[in-house]
Amino acid sequence: MKSVRTVAVLFLAAMAIACLFASFLTSSTYAHQFRDIPDAPPSHQHLLGTDDLGRDRFARVLYGTRVSLLLAPAAALLSSLLAAVIGGIAGFTGGWIARVIMAITDLFLSLPWLLLLITVRALMPLNVSPITSVIITFALLGCLGWAAAARVVCADARSLVQSDFVLLARASGAGGLRLLCRHIMPNLRSILFAQFWISVPVFILTEANLGILGLGVAEPLPSWGGLLRELESYSSLTAGPWQFVPLVLLIAVVSCFQIVLHKQELPV
Amino acid sequence: MLSWWKHAARIVATILLGGLLGATLLRVAPGFGIDDEELDPRLSHASILALRQNQPGENLLSFYFHHLTRLAHGDLGFSRTFERPVSQLLRERAPETLKLVGLGLLLGWTLAFTLALLTTTARSWSLDLGASVLSGILLCLPAALLALLFLLTRAPVRLVLALIIFPKVFRYSRSLLARSAAMPHVLTARAKGLGQLRILFWHVLPTAAPQLLALAGVSVSLTFAAAIPVEALCDLPGIGQLAWKAALGRDLYLLVNLTMIVTTVTLLANSAADVLGHALTVNPS
Amino acid sequence: MKRKILCIIRLVCLLFLTVTAVAQTGNELRFCLKSDPKTLNPLQVADDSSETIRYLTGGVLVRINRLTQEAEPELATSWKVSDNGRTITFKLRDGVYFSDGTPFSAEDVAYTVQQLMDPALHSPTGDAFRSGDGKVVTSISKSDRITITFPAPVAGLDKLFDQVAIMSATSPQKEKAVLGPYYVADWKAGSYLLLKRNSNYWRQDAGGHRLPLIDTVRIDIQQNRDTEMLRLVRGEIHFINSVDPESFDKLASENAAMVHDAGVSLDAEFMWFNQASKSPLPPYKQKWFHSTNFRRAVSESINRADLVRIAFRGHAQPGVGPISPANKFWFNTSLHPHPFDQKSALQRLAQDGFRLQDGKLRDSDGYNVEFSIMTNSGNKMRERMATMIQQDLSGIGITVNVVTLDFPSLIERMTRTFDYEACLLGLLNNDLDPNSQMNVWLSSADDHQWNPNEKTPETSWEAEIDNLMRAQASTLNPQKRKQYIDRLQQIAWEQEPFIYLVNRNALSAVSPSVENVHPVVLRPQVYWNVDELALRAEVASAK
Repeated sequence: MKSVRTVAVLFLAAMAIACLFASFLTSSTYAHQFRDIPDAPPSHQHLLGTDDLGRDRFARVLYGTRVSLLLAPAAALLSSLLAAVIGGIAGFTGGWIARVIMAITDLFLSLPWLLLLITVRALMPLNVSPITSVIITFALLGCLGWAAAARVVCADARSLVQSDFVLLARASGAGGLRLLCRHIMPNLRSILFAQFWISVPVFILTEANLGILGLGVAEPLPSWGGLLRELESYSSLTAGPWQFVPLVLLIAVVSCFQIVLHKQELPV
Repeated sequence: MLSWWKHAARIVATILLGGLLGATLLRVAPGFGIDDEELDPRLSHASILALRQNQPGENLLSFYFHHLTRLAHGDLGFSRTFERPVSQLLRERAPETLKLVGLGLLLGWTLAFTLALLTTTARSWSLDLGASVLSGILLCLPAALLALLFLLTRAPVRLVLALIIFPKVFRYSRSLLARSAAMPHVLTARAKGLGQLRILFWHVLPTAAPQLLALAGVSVSLTFAAAIPVEALCDLPGIGQLAWKAALGRDLYLLVNLTMIVTTVTLLANSAADVLGHALTVNPS
Repeated sequence: MKRKILCIIRLVCLLFLTVTAVAQTGNELRFCLKSDPKTLNPLQVADDSSETIRYLTGGVLVRINRLTQEAEPELATSWKVSDNGRTITFKLRDGVYFSDGTPFSAEDVAYTVQQLMDPALHSPTGDAFRSGDGKVVTSISKSDRITITFPAPVAGLDKLFDQVAIMSATSPQKEKAVLGPYYVADWKAGSYLLLKRNSNYWRQDAGGHRLPLIDTVRIDIQQNRDTEMLRLVRGEIHFINSVDPESFDKLASENAAMVHDAGVSLDAEFMWFNQASKSPLPPYKQKWFHSTNFRRAVSESINRADLVRIAFRGHAQPGVGPISPANKFWFNTSLHPHPFDQKSALQRLAQDGFRLQDGKLRDSDGYNVEFSIMTNSGNKMRERMATMIQQDLSGIGITVNVVTLDFPSLIERMTRTFDYEACLLGLLNNDLDPNSQMNVWLSSADDHQWNPNEKTPETSWEAEIDNLMRAQASTLNPQKRKQYIDRLQQIAWEQEPFIYLVNRNALSAVSPSVENVHPVVLRPQVYWNVDELALRAEVASAK
């Protein structure tokens, strides 16, 4: 297991270095269209071939990694923190506060947030830069993705409140905030890491689907979600194996995250 | 008895609030009141004006109040997108979604929970790793690609939802069970030589039960949410497909009713989970 | 003895399988629609699905033969349009009955026309006839002769009746009683429609056999194009009326006999700049978009050949103007697509004070030239075109931001808030007569997209276009009309209010088991002669 974890850490580090130094690893930009060679197979100039507009796929994978690997975990972290705070407070306080918070959580789970996303797009100027658009998208996803985990966190916190060590801490004179922050929250780690780990790929894929509303990454900026959309049609049946590289990378990165964070999921 | 009534009243109030918020989101969204038939170059100016006037223009609260009054008489309104009464649409399509969601939940939970139990009891890192990689792969596969794979292999497309739910339920339940299994009382039971199954059913599961029940409640709304793109991709004529078209078509009556239905299901599922979980927390034995 | 029995059993099984196979092909034509029809009332048809049902079930007085593009007698054996273009007299076919047995007569035509032209109906089909204010008068001289008089001349009057399905004035079934080859027998909303042959359908083939040849038509509601494609390949459906270029090439590589490229269609893809005076755009941007030199320069900087080759996989032609080259009579053959010439584009821009500095184009006030192009999401070809235009215009220092929006948001910006800069959309055109585009070219009209509802024409060329459109609508002489329309195309080419990008080809896919199929450019491309289509017996494939 230790060697597997080491490999995972090294892989994640390699990915981070590759996307940071993308401009040194490829001579093509992610936007330039080599119009003579659309849908080309791999060659020494284009390691993963070109896409339907003749853009170098390897460059797009590298630059797309920057966008997705930076912003998706940030959004996942945001949603996990929100779940922790909201669910934790609800479970800790109990009573009518918990009921109100849980009712709000249930509403959050039920409302058609698609419309909020459409409205946000409408409020944004049309000439917003691609990177601003994608940051706003992921921020929104982070702000909307906490509700499911919050419920589980609340149930978890409610159980913890009645556990022996919390009672002991209370008897020792620990106040509400100290109890919450020093005794309850650390024991919610396993759920929160699960939430984080699930959210990363879900947000990457959701960002791609939000293109239908004008949110998400705008052309020509690449993202993993956008690259995965190439595989979602009938014609992907004849896709060369190099077109599956973004999918394989996503699976590999998510699995590595899981392996690296595995120990963190166990209780204190 | 009184607390049951209070609980029921809270649920009803939340459902009504959900409907109002759904209507609000739709009313403030751009494109509300727009009919793409306006772009037909054959239409005269008078016809275009008539199309524009044929949109719900009344004040939001007034609309909602009238809608609730009609709802009390069983009239759910008229869908602009489908040009049919909403009640008829829901009656036709609800069975499809119930089948899809029911199957998705049952199968997703069975797979996920079984795997979570196995990885917890076996305590084998290779099994754990394998299960994590499998759930990782399923999380990373776009729903459209999954649906395409199912179509290609002629597998029943209704199972797509189970594969979407499975990794999420597995991940959460595995964490909960693993933490529960590492608790002192479980370690003591193990040290005392109790069998694996006895430890699992008497010591691990009861401790994690409230959280697992909360997860079960939440997974109902997650499954409903996941049913929307699955129905849209696989052309399953359920209410998920209605919800997608209602949002994109800014169909006020349809969306308000669907929001209230989804809110009802979510509240009922989570309330049931809360009640059971609370009972188990107070009386874990 | 045993051997004989076994042989008989084998024969029976074979017979059973053959009969089942034939029965399963069912003499049932199967295809898909993206959504349920919104209405079965033929007069209120406004969406594609309803139009399909109308075509399959409706009987019309005059039918435009989709292959020859000529008007042919249908329920009317002959007709005459008066010299003033306001009146048309039809002689109707005898011995025709609706699907429920009700006899067809001039009364039904009168009833249909009165319903259609009811101002309260707001029917797109009816509005196509509405050339002026006033009542439409119908007069029946005999049971098989009817005269319809309009308040003002209607250009292409006879051909417009191709869209008017005649309804029964007396049948208790109302719009369910039809004169076309099929009637709607069953409809499971969201799932399928089943159409059965109309046993009272009047047409016969050359051999005297009653048409249609196929007994039933099953239309599945299928939004997912990939599923539709898979089902065609598996033999579960018989055709796809309109195929995108990528899927076309994929199918062609598997079975070239299945795919049909009927050539360039009437459809166009174009972009335009927002010139609406009501727009909230800053004055310097409004100045750019109002400049003919600016628009021409943008047009000359777009590589249309690349758009055709890459976005449409070669299944398109570079766009010229408002009339497609497929429209042989009306297209102005002296016009050609604007050449791709960025040097000339920069020279034009220099005339208006634009200059290229450090790779960025700046206007005379020093503003960087940057604008957004919005288009509807979910259309891969348009998204590709917008991204290609983005690169093309960067060659002259213009920064383009591509924004894809869902359709209602897009329309709101186009028609209500006017809060957009450039838009890339397409026109699905099925009408050969350019009069159908009156509401696009008249400066006072709602569909005058770059600057709708002008109180008076804001430019001299728009005023000239107004005059040309009115003039062509008020004369019957086709040559005179052609002159007016040629001049309109010339102006559009010079001024570029719409920058025409490509005219798409009509692509369809048909199973080899369908006989007598001749895919064409006009919609419906594949089943335009549905009553003559036949199915060859095939081995049934499992659904």
